[in-house]
Amino acid sequence: MSDLHKKWSATDVNNNYISVIVTLKESDSMRYSGLRVIKEALTGHKGWSPAWRDATPKPEYDIIVIGGGGHGLATAYYLAKIYGQRRVAVLEKGWIGGGNVGRNTTIIRSNYMLDGNEPFYEFSLKLWEGLEQDLNYNAMVSQRGILNLIHSDAQRDAFVRRGNAMMLNGADADLMTTQQIKKKYPFLNTTDARFPIKGGLAQHRGGTVRHDAVAWGYARAADQQGVDIIQNCEVTGFIMENGTCCGVETTRGTIRATKVASCVAGSSGRVMEMAGLRLPIESHVLQAFVSEGLKPLLPGVITFGAGHFYCSQSDKGGLVFGGDIDGYNSYAQRGNLPVVEDVCEGGMAIFPMLGRIRLLRMWGGIMDMSMDGSPIIDRTSIDGLYFNGGWCYGGFKATPASGYAYAHLLARDEPHPTATAYRFDRFNRGLMIDEKGMGNQPNLH
Amino acid sequence: MIIEHPLLGPRDASEFTYMGDAALIHRPDWTATTAVQDFADYGYLRDNPAGRHRELWFHEGGDRSWLVVTRDTTTHAITSVELARDVARREGRSR
Repeated sequence: MSDLHKKWSATDVNNNYISVIVTLKESDSMRYSGLRVIKEALTGHKGWSPAWRDATPKPEYDIIVIGGGGHGLATAYYLAKIYGQRRVAVLEKGWIGGGNVGRNTTIIRSNYMLDGNEPFYEFSLKLWEGLEQDLNYNAMVSQRGILNLIHSDAQRDAFVRRGNAMMLNGADADLMTTQQIKKKYPFLNTTDARFPIKGGLAQHRGGTVRHDAVAWGYARAADQQGVDIIQNCEVTGFIMENGTCCGVETTRGTIRATKVASCVAGSSGRVMEMAGLRLPIESHVLQAFVSEGLKPLLPGVITFGAGHFYCSQSDKGGLVFGGDIDGYNSYAQRGNLPVVEDVCEGGMAIFPMLGRIRLLRMWGGIMDMSMDGSPIIDRTSIDGLYFNGGWCYGGFKATPASGYAYAHLLARDEPHPTATAYRFDRFNRGLMIDEKGMGNQPNLH
Repeated sequence: MIIEHPLLGPRDASEFTYMGDAALIHRPDWTATTAVQDFADYGYLRDNPAGRHRELWFHEGGDRSWLVVTRDTTTHAITSVELARDVARREGRSR
């Protein structure tokens, strides 16, 4: 590619582009590049192929990943790429990326405080930073920064503590004054608002990512590594022999495997029930919202500190925002109006201009709300059956590290160094990772 | 969601605080030899069904009664509402 590049820049573009195109190697035909776009544009776009194969299930694999969302596809990709697994399948009951990876508010950050969490989320943020080159896919990773607003002295103390904990784990954190905040967000009311803004904790490396592209990018890259991505293939039961899980029954037949990896956050209760396991998880619905497209007005991600509201502006111009979960068990991918009102009140408190903006869409997604607000990546009590879930409403930012750590666990049967705390037995042993200090009430995390 | 309160009639769900699975009415026996594990399971494991779910709702913004609401978690449709006190007594938790 570098030779090609030299040739390209050394030649007169208008006269010599065809000779350059001819030198595109066969091995480059799967790669996406600017040059490729030009070549295809000049040759009628006949050279593009589907980004991944529509695989049919084989009778047996080494590892089956249940769930073709972001985490499942990332797991399969890292299993093949980093851990050298050649016989891996991802089973998806619908189409890939149709669940929570397509329903979130696209924010990435690593501003956690506790030791069990922060190294993991920082690892994830580092993976995000190199993701597009790694996958050869434009996931629109945009490190536009995230700002948690401070509204009281006590909150400042708590955020200073959190910022220090972040820096101890190698993450970036910046305590901003109202003057600094005003420079970036001139419309914020820092003088006479109901909840006055007294500063903010910023993580400048945080930001947003095009969520669908994460699923597509991982799917394409995993497929190129030989992973079978099998859609419209719902798992209907587990094959158990002598207390060991040896495969799954699906709507597309029986598929055997040495290891079966559940990766279906949101539906964890439904899937693990088939294996007879109870989980430290309740399923809850979280709503999200996007406004009509607007001119650029919000350069980064903002979270309100006196209520629960977070907002960013998508590259298409829509304000993407959300708030609390509805708070009752639900598997329906829709919520109720009281929470809509609550979220919009939070938004109006910091952006009164929000009242003039029309809402384009709102939707709901199902969250695995765990008992301490932190996830689980672990073996289950059944040999051959592994579990990844309990992401509460923070799963999207964790996608790369979750896939990486789960692949590590599946390939080596030991936890990844950044995910050693995400065990099932932490509840029995009193080793909860409770960022908010809420105890075992899932709807408060 | 509208919850048909047995004493007060139809009330909006936003007046209530959701307190989880109604199975929590049945606190384990602390004298049992398995009490440590029983309480860990009681505190941290849930059935979390997709479908019919019996759950506790506390009427915090109302008469402060506790209700057992039977609701479908896939549709949010409520099929029955009882006072948690009546349910607990019927299931042998009364003293």
